[in-house]
Amino acid sequence: MAIEVRVPTILRPYTGGEKAVSGKGATLSEIIDDLEANHPGLKERLVEAKEGHSDLRRFVNVYVNDEDVRFTGGLDTSVSDGDQVVVLPAVAGGADDPAQPAASD
Amino acid sequence: MVVLRIDQATYDAIVAHAKKDHPDEACGVVAGPEGTDQPERFIPMVNAAGSPTYYEFDPADLLTLYKDMWGRNEEPVVIYHSHTATEAYPSRTDIARAAEPNSHYVLVSTRKHGNSEGAVEFRSYRIVDGSVTEEDVSVVDQS
Repeated sequence: MAIEVRVPTILRPYTGGEKAVSGKGATLSEIIDDLEANHPGLKERLVEAKEGHSDLRRFVNVYVNDEDVRFTGGLDTSVSDGDQVVVLPAVAGGADDPAQPAASD
Repeated sequence: MVVLRIDQATYDAIVAHAKKDHPDEACGVVAGPEGTDQPERFIPMVNAAGSPTYYEFDPADLLTLYKDMWGRNEEPVVIYHSHTATEAYPSRTDIARAAEPNSHYVLVSTRKHGNSEGAVEFRSYRIVDGSVTEEDVSVVDQS
């Protein structure tokens, strides 16, 4: 089965400029691995190692059928044929707080 | 030459939002038709952080905003936020977080007059791959 994944402008260099690409898998994690096979480098922009396991990057939002996957199991979120996956980078920033150095990716 | 062209009404709306939310940072978008570089539709956003030193769109609001823009064939031509105690220049956090290479990042500083009448700093930048380029701001009667 194929799932459509909407890709933000900043990641389109990895998809040959395409706004949406198609991936296969039963979970978000599998979809991302499948995308990585066809669009090398994409996974690194979505996922990072946190405390010994993979997790979504803090400033990347992923939605399955409009649900933020942080509330539906993160990378383990189930997906099925016809689901819509959207990736959006956070819109965030602000004057630096001296007590909290800017977080890096 | 790199320049942000923005109409007076939108400019005023951004400034008013920044003054209203001071001392917290205000944030929002001005959407425009894809590929035109024309900021037309002013969309103030809630700063989910509610902070004087940080702003972030709520993730659910973010999705709603983008789906709305996609449905209208728009893109975020301007992404604006305020600094309330420092200059209108991108901070390290602003640069690290900037993820829209085609957008004009507008910064307004309300440090001088806060919620009151009075001039603000209003500056615009491109932020691409961690590199900041300031651009002129041209305020026009009509966009």
